[in-house]
Amino acid sequence: MIDFLAILGNAAQQLISPTTAAYALAALGLAIHFGYTGLLNFGQAGFMALGAYGFAISTLSFGFPVWASVLVGIAASIVFALILGIPTLRLRADYLAIVTIAAAEILRLIFTTNTFDEVTGSASGLQGYKGGIAALNPIPDGTYGFGPFTYNAYDWWIRILGWTVVILAAIFTWLLMRSPWGRVIKGIREDEDAVRALGKNVYSYKMQSLILGGVFGTLAGMIFILPRAVVPANYQTSLTFFIYAILLLGGAATILGPIVGAMIFWVLLSFFSGFVSRAVEAGWFPFMSPVQAGQLTFILVGVGIMLLVVFRPQGIFGNKKELAFVR
Amino acid sequence: MSDNVAPASKPVKTTGLHIGDPAPGVKKVDPIIIADGVKRTFGGLTAVDVAHVEIPRGAITALIGPNGAGKTTFFNLLTGFDKPDEGKWEFDGRSLAHVPAYRVARMGLIRTFQLTKALGLLTVLDNMKLGAKQQTGENLFRSVLPFLWRKQEEEIEEKAKEILTRFKLDAKQEDYAASLSGGQRKLLEMARALMSDPTLVMLDEPMAGVNPALTQSLLDHILDLKSQGMTVLFVEHDMHMVRHIADWVIVMAEGKIVAEGDPHEVMQDPAVIDAYLGAHHDTDLGDSDDEHVTAMKELIDDEQ
Repeated sequence: MIDFLAILGNAAQQLISPTTAAYALAALGLAIHFGYTGLLNFGQAGFMALGAYGFAISTLSFGFPVWASVLVGIAASIVFALILGIPTLRLRADYLAIVTIAAAEILRLIFTTNTFDEVTGSASGLQGYKGGIAALNPIPDGTYGFGPFTYNAYDWWIRILGWTVVILAAIFTWLLMRSPWGRVIKGIREDEDAVRALGKNVYSYKMQSLILGGVFGTLAGMIFILPRAVVPANYQTSLTFFIYAILLLGGAATILGPIVGAMIFWVLLSFFSGFVSRAVEAGWFPFMSPVQAGQLTFILVGVGIMLLVVFRPQGIFGNKKELAFVR
Repeated sequence: MSDNVAPASKPVKTTGLHIGDPAPGVKKVDPIIIADGVKRTFGGLTAVDVAHVEIPRGAITALIGPNGAGKTTFFNLLTGFDKPDEGKWEFDGRSLAHVPAYRVARMGLIRTFQLTKALGLLTVLDNMKLGAKQQTGENLFRSVLPFLWRKQEEEIEEKAKEILTRFKLDAKQEDYAASLSGGQRKLLEMARALMSDPTLVMLDEPMAGVNPALTQSLLDHILDLKSQGMTVLFVEHDMHMVRHIADWVIVMAEGKIVAEGDPHEVMQDPAVIDAYLGAHHDTDLGDSDDEHVTAMKELIDDEQ
């Protein structure tokens, strides 16, 4: 018989997991890019990789303290945004999409190649960079919590840290989007020539938006590596597409959408994968091997996203009224 | 303020704008724009080749010409939306060559577009507020500190509401701009342009696609701009409107300026008739049902 309590418990854990926080933050960055400014950034995985590697390499190779490692990651993503943005932001939106998807792949391949093995650890990646974060932990050793949410001190610390960053970023974005700055950004999404004709430096605003969303992606990349090791295979284009899925699930031009979207995405993913793998073990799907069962989860997620786009295209928090006017 | 009055009320024309006989490139008493040798080619096609033109200040100038004459391209060149191959042009004594479009707009030269660009998923009020210049809250870092820009925002909102009331769009201010009709969008675009207190307003076909019931109100708004001291330059195909409100008419054909003058006299200019009807318009080539031909014939008949 299937232990549904264990499956539900595992799924519930995803609600506050640092991975969920990382995806929420990356999706929030993408909401700034895509939802508010209309920039088609398909390289969010690249920004996350820069955060992860920027932090890990600064700590491991150069022995930087935590704050300096974080700054290195942020600086790297700002440079990356400038390199992507300078040639493409003057062109039509689709050029940015092509350049970002290619640039993110280039980054991943650079981190994977054996040439820089000493610094990047090539395909096996990096670990052992968590000492600084763990040392900052104010929680005394021990195990805390109840039910499925029982963790040791370090696990609680990275959850608190991750979600604090997400909440601060959400408040910052909310303040921005209700300000005149946000108005200009949304105007650019609608028609950049019109905004230009009103005396706004559209190119500069698009660059600011690209950098800001990219920095959110970078911080997400740092949260992402706290419960695991840095492995280049994590930063494939599929990561960007999962983040897009989360964004569309929650609502593209919303603040809460990416956060709640990430929670729903991970809870469902965990539930489906737990259910399918246990169902295969229990012999419910005799035609399926455990490996195939792992893939079935993603097929179900894909179907779920298709249904969402068909029946609730504005996402969970999106404004239905907006859709009435989409060309 | 002239408000939806019957068209019978003849607008006051500004005269005495030029020095010497009206001819292409004639000197103006007080020009706001001076363009010299502005040329733009697209491959082998010369879209605009203007030797010299001056736009008079404080008047309504119409830029007319058959389709493909280069009027909109000339507009784009003047406002920085397109770059000419050569030439220099200045606005209010300041050179506009190589100045990006947003900076041209900040100088006080605001344009509208032939295909209306209302920002659909912004409310009408937000559309208006976007038009205001020098907003503190438009800086990324200051924008997150609302106390820095709240006062300015209130002033902008008040001004926006006032202009919206004038344009009779105040009832729509909370609606998305996408829900407006075509004519209302034209009005909104013009109202939005006024938010920045421009010195020169350039309207690209303000009447295109506007329902006749709104035409009069749009005309009044354009006349209103002049009475508030702004200069207006507009592209239009509707000859009646040109004759009704323009103080000065510049005629373009094949990228060049072929005639200039008072709206009543310019229509008699043989160069204008040639531009619209062709040099051999007297020779019978069978029926021609072109819109402009009819319009021009009507006007010439009117004048005689």
